Amino acid sequence: MSDWAAYGTLEFLDERGSLSGISAVLTPRETKLLNGASFRGTIKGLATNQLEEIGCQIILGNTYHLALRPTSELIDEMGGLHKFMNWPRALLTDSGGFQMVSLLHLADITEKGVTFQSPVDGKPMLLTPEESIQIQNRIGADIIMALDDVVKTTITGPRIEEAMYRTLRWMDRCIAAHQRPHEQNLFGIVQGGLDPVLSYAIGGLAGGESKDSFWRVVAQCTAALPEDKPRYVMGVGYPLDIVVCSALGADMYDCVYPTRTARFGTALVPEGVLKLKHKAMADDTRPIDPTCACMGVLKLKHKAMADDTRPIDPTCACMVCRNYTRAYIHCLVTKDAMGSQLLSYHNLYYMMKIVILAYWLIMSSRNHYDPEFGISCVNHQDINRHGLVCDTYSRLSSLCLKRLVVLQILYFPKGDVPEWVCNAMEVAGIDISSCCAPLSLSQD
Amino acid sequence: MKFTVKAWSNGRARAGVLQLGSCPGPIETPSLLISTRKGLPFFIPPDLLPSLPSPDSHLLQVCPLHFAEGISPKAISSIGGLHHMLGLHDYGLAAVARDSIQCLPECNSTNKLGASFETPCGRLLIKPADYMEMICSLRPNIWATLADEVPSWVADKRNKTSVDRSVRWLDECIALGPAGGAVFGAIVGGSSMEERQRCAQEVARRNVSGFWIGGFGLGENMDERPALLNSVTDILPKEKPRLICGLGLPEEVLQGVASGVDLFDSVYICHLTLRGFALTFPLDGIGVNESDCQLGDNGSDRTKINLRATVYRKDTSPIIKSCGCYTCQNHTRAYINHLLNVHEMLAQILLEIHNTHHYLGFFRAIREAVKAGRFEQFRQQFVKSRRDHLAMAAVAHA
Ligand SMILES: [Zn+2]
Ligand SMILES: [Zn+2]
Repeated sequence: MSDWAAYGTLEFLDERGSLSGISAVLTPRETKLLNGASFRGTIKGLATNQLEEIGCQIILGNTYHLALRPTSELIDEMGGLHKFMNWPRALLTDSGGFQMVSLLHLADITEKGVTFQSPVDGKPMLLTPEESIQIQNRIGADIIMALDDVVKTTITGPRIEEAMYRTLRWMDRCIAAHQRPHEQNLFGIVQGGLDPVLSYAIGGLAGGESKDSFWRVVAQCTAALPEDKPRYVMGVGYPLDIVVCSALGADMYDCVYPTRTARFGTALVPEGVLKLKHKAMADDTRPIDPTCACMGVLKLKHKAMADDTRPIDPTCACMVCRNYTRAYIHCLVTKDAMGSQLLSYHNLYYMMKIVILAYWLIMSSRNHYDPEFGISCVNHQDINRHGLVCDTYSRLSSLCLKRLVVLQILYFPKGDVPEWVCNAMEVAGIDISSCCAPLSLSQD
Repeated sequence: MKFTVKAWSNGRARAGVLQLGSCPGPIETPSLLISTRKGLPFFIPPDLLPSLPSPDSHLLQVCPLHFAEGISPKAISSIGGLHHMLGLHDYGLAAVARDSIQCLPECNSTNKLGASFETPCGRLLIKPADYMEMICSLRPNIWATLADEVPSWVADKRNKTSVDRSVRWLDECIALGPAGGAVFGAIVGGSSMEERQRCAQEVARRNVSGFWIGGFGLGENMDERPALLNSVTDILPKEKPRLICGLGLPEEVLQGVASGVDLFDSVYICHLTLRGFALTFPLDGIGVNESDCQLGDNGSDRTKINLRATVYRKDTSPIIKSCGCYTCQNHTRAYINHLLNVHEMLAQILLEIHNTHHYLGFFRAIREAVKAGRFEQFRQQFVKSRRDHLAMAAVAHA
């Protein structure tokens, strides 16, 4: 356990597939794959050294979009994706299969591969497991993904079983086709819908399933997978989901949520929902729906924000919260490019904080760490890089630390923690009973 | 605010030093005011602003009309004014009623009560009292008085009204104005030499710290501009700074400097950036630039390159090899070309950084030429070199 560290990360290609549109890959555990590299890169509307400030570690590149523009051949010719976008830290690419199935209605999956209509000329094209690996070999990310047979999680019956076995057969073909095994790490995909008998659906959780079946699937996968390999839960976006998955033993996540929601003027905050354009919500920073997993959202489009001279999140130490008021960001959001830039910055910073707090929650709870000891043993450099933890918590007494960590992550001031969260935490062996009762916490 | 003229060149061109309480050091003039949208650059994030040359980049122009919607003067006041609201404590902020991009004077709807502007929030009639409420809440380092700007083609009578109103509003603004902040009196007069002179004389008599020269970049002929400019600056007291809006192209800036203008706004950078262009003209004003443009770049004229062009698809060089800006130090033309192709905002961020950096370098070259007493030579060389490039480009693309 000593090699655990709080590493969070970033973002991805957006739906149009630009290099800097992105979805966050967050990892509460340092792994060999995500270790080391120094900083530089890009996210939607953010420049390299801003990512450095935020503490981003790994960027997830979208194979399908990159293959369309600028093409994997060009990236190869430019010396690989790291060099092309000037990002010396970790990169990850997906197989491209998911986008084909989700973006292109006419995709047809056979034993050979995924047949889809070319978005360029409408001709049928075939993506085989071998081709997916070839493309990813050319792009040159540190982590690449095997092509999987994607099925909707809402589907039941023999198709699920077929997908699971086909995904396994394709994985063998991917391993055989992999040309750069010493430079690029191939991740297998655990697929199989939500049927608990077949389970292992870390790759198929794209929404639609209930929260309760979602966490059970993740728990089953992580329990069955080898301890020493990182587990990446694809397509998990909300802060609470990430906390729960981390507690269950997952290591990496990706999501477009922080930057996408920023574009619509919504900020992630610990204590509620803030949409800065709406009038009726005024100064109400409570969650719209306390049981909603999208906890901690500030809608900066809200009209009442026009006179709100507080920062987005008074407990946040990010560049945006140190300098800007809700009122100013309210007048920028959804109108000016700078609005989404500043909100994206805060939202990503917030996601990083969530990952770090998740790590602390796990450390202090699962390993029965004395919270004070927990602080001193966490690599100080890491914490300083994420400054926020020091800034926010160094002044608080260590006694209330754990409680606060739990509260910050699972912000349910009335103690109404959703049942699925309680159940998941129980399975994870994390005691959150202290936050399941109403509590007023006074900070010094 | 403190302003000192340090050197003169070829009669009217001058180099000076502007000191503002909030700036880290004295700012040399002629100087560029960075255009902003609601106080921040269009795309350059506030934490990347310090990567631009300092203190050259520490002057920003702010348009109070940008805050006509979305945030109230009361809220701005309670935040503590512009510097606090923008988190730009060590920057000099100059407020001018219009920007030169989105908020433009609409002289037909202007009446005796106030000036009319076309803005993204629709047409607004701004009375001196409204304007001063904005200025008092914003608390900029420098503010120009409200003016009735007219385009060059209006009749003499309208032009005369514009001067009368602008002078009256100047008095009203000063009477309503805050104690802090340097007042720049607005000078208008369209394309009438007499009205320009009359306005300049009236304003020069007032208790102002500097002058804002309005009514340019509104349809006047580039050839008639020098005489109009000179007729104004010749009347103005030499020891006070002059700010002008609406002159954006390098040649136009050089016209302004030649007439003794000290401060300029920068619409040009914004227009280039939005269209995917990067400035590449040589900063010494002579010789062929190392960053040779590629054949097939139809937008290029050797003073700027069009990074959308497919010839840059595999170009692994920075925009300019010797450029020290954040963009050129970190990214290639190929990457920016890709970002433009996929409509990614990072392209505009990187281009605005480079173009601003480059234009600040252009202003530095101008200052050096003025200080060396060879401004006219610099200007002629620069204009000729760029004209040759533009002509060559026109032939090449014909
Ligand atoms: Zn923040
Ligand atoms: Zn540059």
